[in-house]
Amino acid sequence: MSALAAMRRGGRGYLLSTPAMALFVCLLILPLCLTLALSFNVFDYQLGVKNDAYTLSHYIDLFSDSYFYEIFFRTFWISALVTLLCVLIGVPEAYILSRMGTPWRSIFLILILTPLLISVVVRAFGWSLLLGADGLINQAIQALGGRPVKLLYTPFAVVIALVHVMLPFMIIPIWTSLQKLDPAAEQAALSLGASQAKVMRLVVLPQVMPGVLSGTLIVFGLSASSFAIPGLLGGRRLKMVATVVYDQYLSELNWPMGATIAVVLLLANLLIMLSWNRMVEGRYKKTLGA
Amino acid sequence: MAFLQLEGLSKRYGAIDAVVATHLAVEKGEFVSLLGPSGCGKTTTLQMIAGFVDATAGRIILDGRDITDAKPSSRGLGVVFQSYALFPHMTVRDNVAFGLRMRKVPAADIARRVATVLDLVRLAPHTERYPRELSGGQRQRVALARALVIEPPVLLLDEPLSNLDANLREEMQFEIRRIQCEVGITTLMVTHDQAEALSISDRVVVMQAGRVTQIDEPYKLYEHPRTRFISGFVGKANMLAGDVDDAGCPQVRHSSGDGALTLSLRPEKIDMLDAGSGRLQGRILVRYFLGSQWLYRIATDLGELTVVRRNDGSAPLVEGTAVGLDWQAELLRVLAADEVHA
Repeated sequence: MSALAAMRRGGRGYLLSTPAMALFVCLLILPLCLTLALSFNVFDYQLGVKNDAYTLSHYIDLFSDSYFYEIFFRTFWISALVTLLCVLIGVPEAYILSRMGTPWRSIFLILILTPLLISVVVRAFGWSLLLGADGLINQAIQALGGRPVKLLYTPFAVVIALVHVMLPFMIIPIWTSLQKLDPAAEQAALSLGASQAKVMRLVVLPQVMPGVLSGTLIVFGLSASSFAIPGLLGGRRLKMVATVVYDQYLSELNWPMGATIAVVLLLANLLIMLSWNRMVEGRYKKTLGA
Repeated sequence: MAFLQLEGLSKRYGAIDAVVATHLAVEKGEFVSLLGPSGCGKTTTLQMIAGFVDATAGRIILDGRDITDAKPSSRGLGVVFQSYALFPHMTVRDNVAFGLRMRKVPAADIARRVATVLDLVRLAPHTERYPRELSGGQRQRVALARALVIEPPVLLLDEPLSNLDANLREEMQFEIRRIQCEVGITTLMVTHDQAEALSISDRVVVMQAGRVTQIDEPYKLYEHPRTRFISGFVGKANMLAGDVDDAGCPQVRHSSGDGALTLSLRPEKIDMLDAGSGRLQGRILVRYFLGSQWLYRIATDLGELTVVRRNDGSAPLVEGTAVGLDWQAELLRVLAADEVHA
């Protein structure tokens, strides 16, 4: 303990963390600052970005255009829906996983994690093969005598693919919380006359709330800033914020506008996640002492 | 018919017999301990009674009702777990009230009964605390209160004291006994600690390798252990080779070599005399101070013997002293060979 205190006072801790700090500053802080600066630069369609002139016009454009409101709103409702679906699927899945026997538990845990090893782009194309106009699902519908349904380039396609990609990020923190549960507590609740459903609702769920909270934060954050899946499965019409940023940078070549949208997305995301964290943690912090 | 009755209760895991055809009858209000080394099947037996483990064969009869296949939630038994298994996200009050809420008891009754039982376990000042804010002994009391408040017909205690330190364990032993006597509840306790089982039980059931080997009152169990294993497991014992003489009394065989019988002689039943007198001569190898007692290891012609003497305030004998040993022949116990091997 005293060695630790001496180290803290001596500043050796700062020295030792320099490599990590350097990496952090160069790869995160610096680009963020550059993006923030870029968002205030004047843009001219003939001359491009003016590095020495500053303006608020991009922010004013953004906040006065209902087109951007629509895109931000769509991004957040899709992310919220994805998060909700991940909770609804992830909690029971993690619980079943934690109650499995020894060989099966490891096998299924690996199965849940394997999607992470495959590129998001590959998985998105996989979904487009399934959901496309002459994809497997529509072929099956037609074979059964139905009319083909438009699935690809709809919010449905984006949501289903995002849930598929994000599920491991929900299951892993819940699984970690479940590991800390005393299985005897469930037996105790049963012996006290609780039904299996009541054991879940009154004993298990409240104890895994910290895991659910971390899961929702990760999934919402990643969904709201996701690019590949909305880009490939949402198509040209169904835009989300990240794909609009991409368009601004590479189609319009309006880098300052792209930077502005990115900055606003970051701030909005931070605001939503922090208030959600405060709201949920406030309820469970006192009781679980976490 | 006894209040709680186990009839040929068995549990088999694959090829392993965890519990073999156990018969046990517990009377109403009785405190019975299941005693045995780890892996002897005592916890499995308790779990079958609680309903957490399905019996492979046999029946469990509670107050005339066959509960062998009943769900744990419908048995209404009070269970105290080794880990206490408190609900960490609930206060002491909510933990204790849980069972009553599940039974849809009116709120006013819940408040009254929770207050009564918290008084009984002396936790009334801590009702609004969370389990993590309590000491081990207090958590133990919460677990006990939570099991007792539903007024179960039988209280099942699974190694209730093994997570407590030595001083607290002794205190809680007597506390559990006090509460059990006050409530008059039929109690079944699983333990591997023979001192715990002897001190607070009405009867002790010794289990070994899934089988019940002896059921007796603590004093009789200690004085008349049936087998070599029980003699060594319950208290300390000197094992001596011996024969039965013409009058039918056991006698220690004074030459080395195996006797026809194994005799048990408790260390505190051996008298230490001056060298030259007594039945047996020996020399003190080593001595241990146990506070209220001295424990001597003595080398004799019959091998090393353990002798325990009361610390009566006089100076203890030093290592290397020659002593004579004597005992009353009727205190020798004839042991049966072990029929099971763990």
